[in-house]
Amino acid sequence: MPPQSDPQNFAKTTGGADEAVVEFDDQKHGFVTGLQHRLHQTPAAVPLIVLILSIVIFGLFLGAKFFAPFALTLILQQVAIVGIVAAAQSLVILTAGIDLSVGAIMVFSSVIMGQFTFRYGMPAEFAIACGLAAGMLMGAVNGVLVAFMRLPPFIVTLGTWQIFLAANFLYSANETIRSQDIAEKAAALQFFGEKFEIGGAVFTYGVVAMLLIVAVLTYALKHTAWGRHVYAVGDDPEAAELAGVRTKRVLVSIYVLAGLICAFAGWVLIGRIGSVSPTSGQLANIESITAVVIGGISLFGGRGSILGSLFGALIVGVFSLGLRMVGTDPQWTFLLIGMLIIFAVTVDQWIRKVSA
Amino acid sequence: MIQPVLQTHSLVKHFGRVVALDHCEFELRAGEILAIIGDNGAGKSTLIKIISGALKPDDGQIFLNGEQVHFASPLEARKAGIETVYQSLALSPALSIADNMFLGREQRKKGWLGSIFRLLDHAGMAQSARDKLSALGLMTIQNIGQAVETLSGGQRQGIAVARAVAFKSQVVIMDEPTAALGVKESRRVLELIREVKASGLPIVLISHNMPHVFEVADRIHIHRLGRRLCVIDPQEYSMSDAVAFMTGAKEPPLMPNDS
Repeated sequence: MPPQSDPQNFAKTTGGADEAVVEFDDQKHGFVTGLQHRLHQTPAAVPLIVLILSIVIFGLFLGAKFFAPFALTLILQQVAIVGIVAAAQSLVILTAGIDLSVGAIMVFSSVIMGQFTFRYGMPAEFAIACGLAAGMLMGAVNGVLVAFMRLPPFIVTLGTWQIFLAANFLYSANETIRSQDIAEKAAALQFFGEKFEIGGAVFTYGVVAMLLIVAVLTYALKHTAWGRHVYAVGDDPEAAELAGVRTKRVLVSIYVLAGLICAFAGWVLIGRIGSVSPTSGQLANIESITAVVIGGISLFGGRGSILGSLFGALIVGVFSLGLRMVGTDPQWTFLLIGMLIIFAVTVDQWIRKVSA
Repeated sequence: MIQPVLQTHSLVKHFGRVVALDHCEFELRAGEILAIIGDNGAGKSTLIKIISGALKPDDGQIFLNGEQVHFASPLEARKAGIETVYQSLALSPALSIADNMFLGREQRKKGWLGSIFRLLDHAGMAQSARDKLSALGLMTIQNIGQAVETLSGGQRQGIAVARAVAFKSQVVIMDEPTAALGVKESRRVLELIREVKASGLPIVLISHNMPHVFEVADRIHIHRLGRRLCVIDPQEYSMSDAVAFMTGAKEPPLMPNDS
């Protein structure tokens, strides 16, 4: 039939020209696109470079005072809680969501652990398990509202943030459990505050917990089907659904896991401050989002790694401790962190434009 | 008569007061490329969505290899061997080629690493993805770990087709596979459709592009007003005939097997 040979001939005549254009483009942008592609594959590279640079620069300014094992591990201790909450936040942001309730879940869970022990006389270990379960339950509320009611995560967690925080104050009656009482009667609550030393470097179990959580999540995201599904859901939920991913189940599992990790952070928080206080950890949501964004995880979902947000948390830690040691106004920290956030998002936008 | 691979009988589907399918018949034979054409709103997509499990019919039956089937979801249809290459392709741009091909049916390592630690068999899946792509003549793609968003439109279509034929499928439905592509890439995809046919899989092709339809289809199902108007042989009719049947400008030929 005559009609079918027409497009074929047309294709043959234009084919050569097409290829030439593509090749020309490749040569012209060789180096920059190469860098873009590499960053595309390892999104944690940018925060890692920034982290190393900031350590080196502060080390040059402050010398041995900053470069000592003690100071460097002090940074780890200071970021342990933000680092753990940022891991939870990363999971949610990878699915193109956001969790504003992370801080409230953390505090409320720590209050439950404390009050169950002291108000009802439960064994500390059992109270801790209840606190962790409460965190999962709060996460499940977020997850079900996001996945099944199809409400925007920002709105859902803006609401649950207030709800969990108010419930926390109502339940605790604004009452703090003193550090001495906990040390005497329920030492398990302070477990993650315990320190151990390796050649001048001081670690807490909280730091170890943070590193373990990051390691486990990195493995799960990279090497399990669930992890691949998390990225697919964050990338394009409709495509993931059509490809056979049970997107609702993945979403709920993410929020439940985030709730569990936040409750765990609540336990570590008791170790860090010693007492159980319903007013602690108020900035955890903003600090965790900061760490995640500086860590190169895209707020649009589907891109980035948990390791990146650990680096992000550490960068904030290095800046705060370094600038305090230099003796400047602490506002400089916020100023620089603010600039870093904008830089990180700019880099993310650029990486997303990668194409053949 | 040889058993059709996929057949529907008297499908009915209403959306409120709109009748999308009005006792629609459909028949796909083994090893053929059956094109479905029809004007906008004729009910093509409704028919396809029912066959691929995305919609449930109000009435009528679907038979796969002679056995009646009921699909509650696309996942069920896929398990039964009906694979769909959606117009949107349903690929995750940030994931690699291998990840995309195995999305939703990942393979774990054998032994305790797989069962307890849920460790994925990355190497095995990469190898198998490479084999499947080479089998379709698509291995111009260098790196199987490359993110899909770095590929061209035609290459992405290739990945989606390879995924559809990779898992013991019985029927492949392709929705507008060439609509978003340039001339040269359309050509590659049409060749790919022929490759799939050569491997023995029957294909349902939905397309608005008449030259493409007439080039590859063995039979053309013309859909009009919610039902099958006729099935024509592209060798016996011209494109303008097909368009005339489609729009009602010309009486269709009688169908001997339509009761």
